[in-house]
Amino acid sequence: MSATTPPVHYRHAGRNWRRVLTRTLTYAILLFWAAICLFPIYWTITTSFKVAVDITQGHLVPWLQYQPDWKGWRSLGLSPDTIREFSTPREEFLKRFRNSLFVALGAASLAVVIGSMAAYGLTRFNYRFGPFRNKDISFWFLSQLILPPVALALPFLVLYKELALLDSRTGLILVYTLTVLPIVIWIMRDQFQTIPLELEQAAMVDGSTVWGAFTRIVLPIALPGMVAAFILSVILCWNEYFFAALLTSTKATTLPVMVASQTGSQGINWWTMAAISAAAILPLIVIAILLERWIVKGLATGAVK
Amino acid sequence: MSDAPAVATNTWDAAPGGVSSERKRLGRLIIAAATLALFAMLLVQALHTADRIDTGFANWRPILYIYLIWAVVLAVGLVVMRGELGHRALFILPAVLFTVSMVVFPTIFGLYIAFTDWNLSSTSGRNFSGLDNLRKLVHDKFFWTAMENMVYYVLSVLVQFAIAFLLAVLLNQEIRGRKFFRVVFLLPFMLSPVAVSWMIGKSMFETRFGPAATLARKLGWDQPAFFTDPWIARLSIMSMDWWVWIPFMMILLLAGLQALPHEILESARVDGATAWQSFWQMTFPLLLPVSITAVVLRIIFQLKIADIIITVTSGAPGGATDSVTSFIYREYRDRSNVGYGTALAEFYLVVIIVFMTVLLWLTNKWMRRFT
Repeated sequence: MSATTPPVHYRHAGRNWRRVLTRTLTYAILLFWAAICLFPIYWTITTSFKVAVDITQGHLVPWLQYQPDWKGWRSLGLSPDTIREFSTPREEFLKRFRNSLFVALGAASLAVVIGSMAAYGLTRFNYRFGPFRNKDISFWFLSQLILPPVALALPFLVLYKELALLDSRTGLILVYTLTVLPIVIWIMRDQFQTIPLELEQAAMVDGSTVWGAFTRIVLPIALPGMVAAFILSVILCWNEYFFAALLTSTKATTLPVMVASQTGSQGINWWTMAAISAAAILPLIVIAILLERWIVKGLATGAVK
Repeated sequence: MSDAPAVATNTWDAAPGGVSSERKRLGRLIIAAATLALFAMLLVQALHTADRIDTGFANWRPILYIYLIWAVVLAVGLVVMRGELGHRALFILPAVLFTVSMVVFPTIFGLYIAFTDWNLSSTSGRNFSGLDNLRKLVHDKFFWTAMENMVYYVLSVLVQFAIAFLLAVLLNQEIRGRKFFRVVFLLPFMLSPVAVSWMIGKSMFETRFGPAATLARKLGWDQPAFFTDPWIARLSIMSMDWWVWIPFMMILLLAGLQALPHEILESARVDGATAWQSFWQMTFPLLLPVSITAVVLRIIFQLKIADIIITVTSGAPGGATDSVTSFIYREYRDRSNVGYGTALAEFYLVVIIVFMTVLLWLTNKWMRRFT
């Protein structure tokens, strides 16, 4: 304010002005991107409460522009007035939902169990298998990530037919375990590397076996990493479509296959489709909100050293 | 698995006590017996399938159980034979056996199918056809369009990287509601690509009353059509792909930014560097390893892109949006062409392996120049 120091004052004002500008720009971009992320979800959920005329007129805001209606959910048997009655579409939907849940949890558990064991072995012991050392074995595991599903899909189709695993949840669990195993090993190897050896050595001195030290001492410490790897695996398996579309037909089809088969049919029934899509994504949205930290942890481990 | 442990370096590998020679012999015997039994069962079942003998199972499923039993016996045998070292081998044995049986065996089998003219709808079954599939592949215009598209799809990863980088830098600022933004930005990655196909591809991009079309009309595009012109269709597919995958890269980059040493960035600010300078001279080079990991991982995933294409366009118009995977998928689904489809897949696998090897080699070399 004093007249003796105008330069400082000016500089300060200029810096303030720029700060406000960058702040505004930052928030503008972030809000814009948040809108891009949220709008399709908002659109799907609101569309599931529309009737034909609201869809053709492109209404966006419920209650203001149109009166929400349970039509889409009723056709799935999930609206308040139909929830108590028997409904074939609902049974169908729940069956797919159970399949997805069972397959995703099964594959993620299997992958975390054998992946953690392998990752622990590879960080602690020196293996030698012919000319291959730990580094080669690790690389071999991780390189499975490169393998495109399409290279395995058709042989699997034929083999599964012979093994009577086609259209079975066990078959899907095996394939999904294979696809997430490299990711689990990658995450868990990083986890085990951060655990100091001394703890296990102390346990060994006290007469514990390798496996005793592993299960009683190392696993509890590595549990956060295992949880993160597990959640990430569940999400990836839950969303998988390609193998499910090829290897299942009626019994073991998962939710994505159901969604895709509905979109394929002609004259899409918008409210039903919106309701199915919304019901398929809602569990994941809840998971994202509740477990965001774990998912980020799972994704970030291994990539950031 | 492991012969003998190499001399320990960084691991707690004091050579464990020896195992008596009797135990060694016993262990070897157990493993040999189990393996012999497994092969005997395999032989019986193979002969049964070939209609040479009557004894055998209706399908190969029991062989799978026998294989599992064999794996357990192998584990026991290893422990008996090697003692402490056997215990250690047990850690990687399940994962190794699982991956070998799930990858190596199908791949070898796939290589065999790739040289047959096997079509599920034809009555002649599978016949060895030599290099016919390969010859057909060379002249398959649609396959090469799909390969060309893969180049565009992989290059589009760089655009994703740029957007993800910007968002990660912004999120790393001192901002209000960071938790809100982080959750919201993560959401698209959580959703199944198939659901996204409907939510965006089929409903928002609908030409009559989809909101994207309405917006396009307001912006002066009279008759918006997102999937008729080849390039617009490709961009529409890419935009959905970006929507799903930008969160993934953003999370990796944000984690990288948060792991950066604060002191270095502070010292740059004290030295009077502008934000722009310190970003290009400090943040970006320091973040290079994470950036490369993110891009390479993303390229690996991008080479598998299929779900959105299969469900939204099925390659239309005229294969302009086809990825290799979606093309092979239709080759099987619509034409039951197992032999040719597998040949294409194996060819693609070879291309990917060569491409990834070169890519990793280049990034390694490049990284070394920087550090």
